[in-house]
Amino acid sequence: MDATLADLIGLVYTIATLALVAAGLALVFGLMRVINLAHGEFIVLGGYATIVGVQHGINVWLCILVVAPLAVGLFGLIVEWLVIRRLYGRMIDTMLATWGLSLVMTGGFSMIFGSTTTGVSNPLGAVSIGSIQLGGYSLFVIAITVLLFVAAALLLRHTRAGLIVRAAMQSGDVAAVLGHDPRRIYQLTFVVGSMVSGLAGGVLAPLTGLAPSSGAQFIAKAFITVIGGGASVVSGTLAASVLFGTVAKVFELLATPMVGEIALLVAAVVLLRVLPQGITSRWLKGWA
Amino acid sequence: MTIRRRSILAQGAALAIGLPLSMSARAADDIRLGSLLDTSGNFDAYGKPMDMAADLAIAEINAAGGLIGRKVRKVGYDTQSNMAMYTRFAQQLVRQDKVDVVIGGIISASREAIRPLLHREKLLYVYTPLYEGGVCDSDTFLTGETPAQQAEVLVPAAVKKWGKKAYILAADYNYGQYMAKWFQKFLADAGGSAVGVDFFPLDVSDFNATIGKIQETKPDFVISALVGGAHLSFYRQWAAAGMKARIPMASTTLGVGNEHKVLTAAEGDGILVAYNYSPELQTPASKAFLAAWARKFGDTSKIHELAVLHYQGVMLWAEGVRRAKSVKQPDVAKAMADGTSIEGPSGKVAIDGATHHVSLDMHLIEIRQQKLNVLQTFAQRAPRETQAVCDLRKTPDASTQHEIKF
Amino acid sequence: MGKARVFGWGFGAAAAALLLAPFLFSDYTLTLLCVQALLALSLAFVWGVGGILCFGQAAFYGLGAYGYAVCSLNGADAGVCVLGGVAAATLFAVALGAMMFYGRIGDVYLGVVTLVATLILYKYMNSTAGSEYAIGSARLGGFNGIPGFTPLYVPGRPDWPITGTALYALVALSLLGCWALCRWLMQRPFGRVLAGTRENELRAELLGYDVRWVRLLAFALGGALAGLAGVFYAVWAELVTPELFSLGTSADAIIWVLVGGLGGLAGPIAGAMALGALKGLLGAQQMVSSLFVFGALLIGVVLFLPRGLAPMLVAGVARLRAPRGAAHTTHTAASGEAER
Repeated sequence: MDATLADLIGLVYTIATLALVAAGLALVFGLMRVINLAHGEFIVLGGYATIVGVQHGINVWLCILVVAPLAVGLFGLIVEWLVIRRLYGRMIDTMLATWGLSLVMTGGFSMIFGSTTTGVSNPLGAVSIGSIQLGGYSLFVIAITVLLFVAAALLLRHTRAGLIVRAAMQSGDVAAVLGHDPRRIYQLTFVVGSMVSGLAGGVLAPLTGLAPSSGAQFIAKAFITVIGGGASVVSGTLAASVLFGTVAKVFELLATPMVGEIALLVAAVVLLRVLPQGITSRWLKGWA
Repeated sequence: MTIRRRSILAQGAALAIGLPLSMSARAADDIRLGSLLDTSGNFDAYGKPMDMAADLAIAEINAAGGLIGRKVRKVGYDTQSNMAMYTRFAQQLVRQDKVDVVIGGIISASREAIRPLLHREKLLYVYTPLYEGGVCDSDTFLTGETPAQQAEVLVPAAVKKWGKKAYILAADYNYGQYMAKWFQKFLADAGGSAVGVDFFPLDVSDFNATIGKIQETKPDFVISALVGGAHLSFYRQWAAAGMKARIPMASTTLGVGNEHKVLTAAEGDGILVAYNYSPELQTPASKAFLAAWARKFGDTSKIHELAVLHYQGVMLWAEGVRRAKSVKQPDVAKAMADGTSIEGPSGKVAIDGATHHVSLDMHLIEIRQQKLNVLQTFAQRAPRETQAVCDLRKTPDASTQHEIKF
Repeated sequence: MGKARVFGWGFGAAAAALLLAPFLFSDYTLTLLCVQALLALSLAFVWGVGGILCFGQAAFYGLGAYGYAVCSLNGADAGVCVLGGVAAATLFAVALGAMMFYGRIGDVYLGVVTLVATLILYKYMNSTAGSEYAIGSARLGGFNGIPGFTPLYVPGRPDWPITGTALYALVALSLLGCWALCRWLMQRPFGRVLAGTRENELRAELLGYDVRWVRLLAFALGGALAGLAGVFYAVWAELVTPELFSLGTSADAIIWVLVGGLGGLAGPIAGAMALGALKGLLGAQQMVSSLFVFGALLIGVVLFLPRGLAPMLVAGVARLRAPRGAAHTTHTAASGEAER
């Protein structure tokens, strides 16, 4: 019984990490059809920001929830201004330029921080589910992800700003004609997307060690989840995370974590074969 | 006293011409020691101090007059924690740089990437880190501890201290796979058993699912052969899940790269390990080594097991060259196999001629307050598992790695 | 100047350069550069001519390399093993291509599927360290890869090894041959239809061409070329590791093609060799990370030279030859690139 509950929490945790890691990319892709292949490095930047903040004596929670998003948001602003805004509408070129950015960031990390794996200590203790102990931090990760997606859904569906963003998603030209500058919307979206990536990095920093090349493990899964999810930001990412996370967890429990990873990838291929435009091209359309 | 100007001029001219010639001749006359180490990338925590140890050894050799009247010069490449780089630079060392010996390789994958090539080129190769045992190669000398020396000390001690059921965690490449089998063998020999075995690719850093799984099997202790920077996360996540206080741990790899200093005391205290060297050894040899390192590099905090093993490996080769009075391959190997031994920082290290491995001291160590505290010493343990399957005196051209079948 | 003449000059110059290079540089390094150029050529054909953005060219590269290694360790003749490696890569390309093109997957989604395919192979090969993972007498070796297989020799004569300068000659000649082959195909009806498919898939289909079949053929050819590059890599490096399947290898290929000039064949070949040489030089020093330089280069090229270096160079040369408003256009061999 305890084991099943622990497994269930493990499943929710897997889904949550997948969704959290994909969130920033989903926002940017959903609105601007920009695939930021440096997304993994943005997450790692958030992690490094947290580590640096902790080293300077700032409270670790503050680092995770405030410092990391702000730092990466600022970085995103600079990147948008320098690179992204010149490439709107050119999807392949944006992919390639952001790939170059990811190499620059990885190289930069190793030059600034060195290649040894660093990390922050886990700020939360353990939590018992009957006879099984879990890192309490896993529950925190789940909680943050839920909060993030609820906030995103509320913002997009029930606020004016969200309405404008969704309108621009559906038709940039019409939104422009109605007086909303698409460039400003794109800039804001990219910055918010970067902040979300930074938050993900901050949240994940105490869990996994950070090295300059850690970004690679995030980008593949995030990319696949976003493409699998389709155009809708919140519902698409959630749907894809649930699907892929469940497949991965089930196969991991049946065999090894490696089999789970491969099963996730195979599931992605199958999904794209069946629904080439992602889950939300068929179901949960227009949900935001 | 007449100073004959002509003779002075003649002698001066001879000196002027001869000096640069002799200098260049001397430079060309240097013994070239090829070095392949990861000083960047995932394994740089292992590689950088090993590189420093090689520099220290070479400096000491040259300060004492060199080998057979020649200076030793290191020709080194950074293999960037990339196995393909090992093969590429090994080819370069052989074909372009024409070195006299290759001393390098860190993880077992890197050794196997270059050993066949170096054997084919009949170039002497010294591999210095601890590893999984079984290599039987006429051109290779392996000067680090093997399972019969390390795991055979560690596993029975853990079983005696904690109980018979163990959960095995290992890195997913040849070292981890072989060590897992050795753990199972030594567990069985001590009357115990493995309740679970898990392998992890070297870039995995999320162990939360495994931690849950371990708890379900309720082992008496966990034994790990995890390798590299990413795997370090396991120990952090283990402590964060509160498991540190519940299930004890032993490891054959934690600490070889000073990982116990990167972890906090809370994350590392109480973990049992077994190595050839610890900076806490109070022997004169160890203290002299620490002093020499401090003189050259400033502080001794970077010294770790692999660095000391590397230093000892270079010194063993140097001793072989002295005894052979030559730097040519079959001569040095023969001299090294013929009872060569040195007094290293860890004590006596003696080459076993039949296997090209070494007998050395082993210490049972407990990590406490980020230090390696020696609990018990086992003097001059022999590489028995390789001796059982390899005798280079009978098969002088062998080049293979024997696998444990369990 | 007619396109054929430009190509003739370019090809001749390249052949001469490859012939003379070993006298200036080490043939060991040059062989690797030619292997990389061949990989770049395969992607240049598939992407530049066929319009198929394949994120997973490394999959075929790695399969060719592993194919040769496994075959050779099982005792087969070197010639058979070369064919075996290429066959393994081509078969996988056909299977993957059939699934993608007959499933009407297009555009970015194609990139994702090819990316996932190479990731699956990478993760799988990394997990094969256990002794139970073997094909015949060849252990797959997991992270360690497969060392110790016999280098290339003249088929049927194991005592005549092809290494060093001989290997370089073989690889360089193969590169030139494959380049000529691709060029020839581009002039044939097949090549024209492929270009038409790239420009406007719907139109090509409405005109009656079977787009799926044409793309599948092109994809398979790209896979075969990449597989051949993989085989040459295996015999050059004497070690095959899962890194061959990694995202990094695919990314390298994409960068070479892009920087060299998407749409042509000469540009990517030159780009691969230049960037490969640059990477080697950068890797030897510790000051600046080579990743940093490469990334900056890629960003720069995308922002300022979206067509790549080769078209820019060619245009520059043409402008030099006709400085006063020439009557003929400056479109040359690197024409026909899509506005991507």
